[in-house]
Amino acid sequence: MLDAASHFTYWLTIFLTITGLYIVVASGNLIKKLVGLSIFQTSVYLLYIAPGKLIGGTAPIIAEGFTVYSNPLPHVLILTAIVVGVATLALGLALVVRVREAYGTIEEDEILRQDESPVAAEVAEVAR
Amino acid sequence: MAAHLAILQVVLPLICAPLIVVMRSAQAGWLTAVAGSAGALAISVELYARTRGGEVISYAIGSWPPPWGIEYRIDAASAFVLVLVSFVAAVVAVYSRRSIAAELPREQHYLFHALFMLCLAGLLGITATGDAFNVFVFLEISSLAAYVLIALGRDRRALMASYQYLIMGTIGATFFVIGVGLLYLMTGTLNLADLASRLPEVEERRSVLAALAFITVGVSLKLALFPLHLWLPNAYAHAPSAVSAFLAATATKVSVYVLLRFYYSVFGAGLVFGALPMEQVLMALSIAAMFAASAVAIFQRDVRRLFAYSSVAQIGYITLGVSLGSESGLTAALVHLFNHAITKGAIFLLLGAIALRAGGVRFDQIAGIGRVMPLTTFGIVLGGLSLIGVPLTAGFVSKWYLVLAVIEQGAWWLAAAVVLSSLLAVVYVWRFVETAYFQEPDANVARLKEAPATLLAPAGILIAAVIYLGLDTSLTVGGATDAAVALFRGWRP
Repeated sequence: MLDAASHFTYWLTIFLTITGLYIVVASGNLIKKLVGLSIFQTSVYLLYIAPGKLIGGTAPIIAEGFTVYSNPLPHVLILTAIVVGVATLALGLALVVRVREAYGTIEEDEILRQDESPVAAEVAEVAR
Repeated sequence: MAAHLAILQVVLPLICAPLIVVMRSAQAGWLTAVAGSAGALAISVELYARTRGGEVISYAIGSWPPPWGIEYRIDAASAFVLVLVSFVAAVVAVYSRRSIAAELPREQHYLFHALFMLCLAGLLGITATGDAFNVFVFLEISSLAAYVLIALGRDRRALMASYQYLIMGTIGATFFVIGVGLLYLMTGTLNLADLASRLPEVEERRSVLAALAFITVGVSLKLALFPLHLWLPNAYAHAPSAVSAFLAATATKVSVYVLLRFYYSVFGAGLVFGALPMEQVLMALSIAAMFAASAVAIFQRDVRRLFAYSSVAQIGYITLGVSLGSESGLTAALVHLFNHAITKGAIFLLLGAIALRAGGVRFDQIAGIGRVMPLTTFGIVLGGLSLIGVPLTAGFVSKWYLVLAVIEQGAWWLAAAVVLSSLLAVVYVWRFVETAYFQEPDANVARLKEAPATLLAPAGILIAAVIYLGLDTSLTVGGATDAAVALFRGWRP
C-alpha cells in the first residue's frame, strides 16, 4: 500500500495517458480528438519530470550548504516536447478549420459519409 | 569542413528551409531546394565512402563530448540510409517544379519547397543522430512537415488524410517518447551508445521490456506495419504527386531504420528476440501484410491507392527479413528497403505524370493510356515488374536474398509464402497493364500527349536505377551487408 502511494505520480501519469488515448479513439469530433491527443502528450511530460525531482533537492546550482540537487535535464527535454506538442496542436486545429470549410462539419462520421457518396462529393465540388 | 560533414548533412537542408521562405520566390526556392538536396546527396556519398570499412564517425555537437552532449554517430547502416534518402530527395526536388506548377496555386510554391527541405532535414536528422531524444525531435520535424505537404493535395480528402496521419503519427511518436523516457529512467542517459553499454545491468527489469514494447509499437505506427497502416493509403493517394513519391520512398524506410537501430544497437538482438516473442509477432504481422495488403490492393479503383496498399505489403517483406533475427535476414531487409524505395519512388513519380495529363489516375480515367503515353506507361510496368520480383529488376535481387535468408533457417513454408504473395503482386500489376494497354482509349484519353520531359527525366533516372540495381548488386548488397554487419556488431563496447 505504501509502495503504491509513493508511486502516485506514476498512477497519475497512467490515468492521464489512458484518458487522453481513450478520448482520441472514442470521440468522433475532430476538435475533441485533438483535446484527447493533447492530454495524452501532456501525460508524458509528467512521466519525465516527476522522477527528476528529489525530495529536499534544490536547483542544480553549486552552493554551500546544499548537497542534494534535482535533475534539470528532464525539464529541458520536456521544454522541447512542449514546443513539439504546441506545434502539433496548432497544425491539427488549422487542419480542422480547413476541414470545416471544405465539408461544413467537423464530425468524423458525417465527413466519411460525404466522401462515400459520389453525389454529395459532386455537389460539394460544384458549390466550391 | 570535412570534419563537420556529419552535422552539415542535416544542417544544410535545415538552413535552406528558412532561406526559401525569406526569398518568397518560386523560382529561387526551387533552385535552393535542388541545390540543398544535391549538396545533401554529395555529403551522404562521402560519408558512405568513409564508413564502408566499418569505421564509425562520431561528431560532438558544440564540442560537448558524448554522452553529455548530443552526439551524431554515423556508421555503415546510417550512411546507407542517408544515401537513399538524399538520392530520392534530389530526384524529387528536380521533378517537383513542373509537378507542383500543375497542382498547387502559385503563391504556395515557395512554401512547398521550404516544407520539402524541412521534411528532408528531419529524415536525415533521424538517421544521423546518436541521441534517443534527438530522434524524437527530428521525427516530429519530418512528420509535421509531411502532414502539411499531404494537406496541400488538391482534393479535399487530402485534408482528412493529413488529419488522420497527424493523429496516428502523434500517437506513434508519443509512444516512442514514452519508451525513451522509460529507458532514461532506468539508465540516466539518452546517448544511444551509452544506453547500449548501461542497459545490460538493468535489462532483466520489466521497465526495459516495457520500453522495448512502447518503442516497437510507436515506430511500427510510423513505418506502417500491418495492421497499423491505416493512415498510409489515404495519405499517399491524396497528397500532391511529388509528395507521395518522396514519402513513399523515404518516410517509412527511415522508420524501419529507427527500429533496427534500437533493436540491434541499443537493446541488442539477444534481448529483443530472446526476452520477448518479437520474432513470432513480427513474422506473423509481416506475413499478414504480404497477403492481406496485396489482396486489398487488387480491388482498388484508384491506381495510386493500389500502389499505396502495395507499399504496405512490401514493408511486410522488409519486416519479415528483420523478424528472422539472422544477419542474412537483416541484409535481405536492408536490400529490399533500398530497392523498394527506388521502385516505389519511380512508380509514384510516373503516376504523377499521368495524373498531370489525365487529371487523375482512377482506372476509368486511364483506359488505353499506354497508346498515348507510351514512355510513362512502360516505366510504370518496369516498376511493377520490380515489385513482383522479375529477374533483371531490383525487386528480384531483394526477393532472392530474402528467400535465401528464409531457407537458411529451413523455413520452406516461408519461402513458399514469399513466392505466393508475389503472385498477388502479379495480379495487381496486371490490372494496370490490362487497363493501360488492352482497353480502347476513350475520347478524353485519345487526345492526351506524352508527359513533359521535365517530369520524365527525373522519373527515368529512378527507373534506370531499378534496372541497374537489378544487374549490378555491388551497391545495394555490398552496402546492405556492411550495414548489417555494423548493426549486428552493435554499439555495445
